[in-house]
Amino acid sequence: MSKLILTPNLDKADDVYADLLTAHEGKSKAESDAFNARLILILANHIGDREVLAQALAAADLPQD
Amino acid sequence: MNAIFETPLYPYTRVADQQSAAPARHKVVIIGAGPVGLTLALDLALQGIETLILDDNDKVSFGSRAICFAKRPLEILDRLGAAKPMVDKGVVWNLGKVFFDDRQVYDFNLLPEDGHAFPAFINLQQYYFEHDLIARIREVEAQGAPIEIRGGSRVSALSQHADHTSLTVETPDGPYAIEADWVVACDGAGSPTRSLMGLDFVGRVFEDNFLIADVRMDAEFPTERWFWFDPPFNRGQSALLHKQPDGVWRIDLQLGWDIDKEVEKRPENVIPRLKAMLGEDVKFELEWVSIYTFQCRRMEKFRHGRVIFAGDSAHQVSPFGARGANSGVQDADNLGWKLAAVITGDAPEALLDSYDVERVQGADENILNSSRSTDFITPKSEMSRLFRDAVLDLSEHYAFARPLVNSGRLSVPCVHDGSPLNTPDALPGGPARSRPGAPCPDAPLGNGFLLSQIGGDFALLAIGQEPPQIEGLRSVNLANATPQMAERYLGSAPRALYLIRPDQHVAARWESADADTIRAAHARALGKTVKEEA
Ligand SMILES: Cc1cc2nc3c(=O)[nH]c(=O)nc-3n(C[C@H](O)[C@H](O)[C@H](O)COP(=O)(O)OP(=O)(O)OC[C@H]3O[C@@H](n4cnc5c(N)ncnc54)[C@H](O)[C@@H]3O)c2cc1C
Repeated sequence: MSKLILTPNLDKADDVYADLLTAHEGKSKAESDAFNARLILILANHIGDREVLAQALAAADLPQD
Repeated sequence: MNAIFETPLYPYTRVADQQSAAPARHKVVIIGAGPVGLTLALDLALQGIETLILDDNDKVSFGSRAICFAKRPLEILDRLGAAKPMVDKGVVWNLGKVFFDDRQVYDFNLLPEDGHAFPAFINLQQYYFEHDLIARIREVEAQGAPIEIRGGSRVSALSQHADHTSLTVETPDGPYAIEADWVVACDGAGSPTRSLMGLDFVGRVFEDNFLIADVRMDAEFPTERWFWFDPPFNRGQSALLHKQPDGVWRIDLQLGWDIDKEVEKRPENVIPRLKAMLGEDVKFELEWVSIYTFQCRRMEKFRHGRVIFAGDSAHQVSPFGARGANSGVQDADNLGWKLAAVITGDAPEALLDSYDVERVQGADENILNSSRSTDFITPKSEMSRLFRDAVLDLSEHYAFARPLVNSGRLSVPCVHDGSPLNTPDALPGGPARSRPGAPCPDAPLGNGFLLSQIGGDFALLAIGQEPPQIEGLRSVNLANATPQMAERYLGSAPRALYLIRPDQHVAARWESADADTIRAAHARALGKTVKEEA
């Protein structure tokens, strides 16, 4: 089973983060929400592994303590 | 009005049972002459089992009902000799189009796999389907099969005893009593039998209404399935257009929850809606207009002693994916040989519990699929609508998103993985699609098709080997496999032996096996307790 990567894995983290913000610039809340939904679907397809996605869904809920 | 709705097919007549001093005993009584009861009765009678069908009506079903019949039910009906007129009359379609808002987002071709006797599915009005089944029943009846249909005969009471059930039948001449060794309730979603027995039918109601219209028109629309999400002519809702024989088109318009059904059904409200959809100039005539609410639910158990439930009485699904009649015909297919084997003493009563296990599994699969389609078509929250619209927007540009669009999933038969009737897979390299529990995929044999060769008895299919001769098994020997046979039954195995149930599901498979091993698998598939081999 593939394991979801939850340790630093982005080469230029600040650039990637800035790209995300740039992509949303000038969009209304509704447009941004729709954009995010499309983005999630595109990334999910690229990952292409239900196990990894299940781990990502769990991780996005944040650990409960 | 089409005459087929008006013609009594099995009008009420007086029968000897009404005069008899003690209630007459029948082997099998089927309550309900819908698609499921008729299929089951035909199957039993062809096996020589005395079968009586009771229905409170005497005509084909009324109004807009099933139109899509899938390949597996057609194969089942072919085994029973009833499929040919259906396929001859039915409309075969392969192309579908999906629209979102004011544009087409993509089209698809079903590209059915070749090498099958039957198409992926046909569109045919349920009344033709029932009509053809009754014609076939009349034919086998004339040839001496023990089958009888009594119209105008409503079952109003029943009670179970140790070895039979007593029933009260209401007729225009008053009630009479009969007894049955076995009762199969095929009396539809509102099943009076279920209510009389006080049994539950739980599930989920979809808070939505659909206007279903069957219209006759001479239109130039192609033979395709068109589905709209949020079109300009039905904002915020969905729509479907599908072709049936005789120039009749099925139109589904989603209306939402808070509507006045009586008002919406009036022609002065329906006609403008249809014009907005079809265009102002298209000439059409309404055949049926109704408003439906859909539910997904099933009984907890389908077998209750000597009363067994099949079809809509046991489970109900939303129509997206056309799984109602299609799955009910598969219930009949699953039950027919089992009930016959129990009645003739070839199998213990326990075999009937496998009907419950296997068809509950089938119902759950259908309910899951049809609930998911409904959730896609009618998003239940702001977030689900966001994702739904994202899928549709992406589908216009990228192929990856198209499989996510869910306007109904094709009805495909259930693979009974884990069924108590299965013997563990012993064909290394064998294709997954024909593993134990799976329905046999059809394949060309050079001079016909596989499924018509394996028929409706237990069969031993041998590919590339001389099989042991075993009593009680029809043997089908193929010295060489056609390419499709090899792909569907051998995979990377050099040869194979398949034990196939009368409903054409695989019970066991091996690369090769001796007679004792095959006999043990046969016994297991009949619900007998088999000693585990050391
Ligand atoms: C709009 C719509 C579209 C559909 N589209 C499809 C589709 O495309 N494909 C598909 O596979 N399915 C479809 N379905 C579902 C399909 O119509 C049903 O699943 C199917 O009719 C069920 O068959 P049945 O034999 O179980 O019950 P029914 O057809 O409901 O038959 C029950 C019979 O029992 C009789 N009966 C009832 N009570 C008694 C009694 N007390 N005594 C004697 N007789 C009694 C009735 O008269 C009736 O003849 C659709 C349904 C609807 C409403």
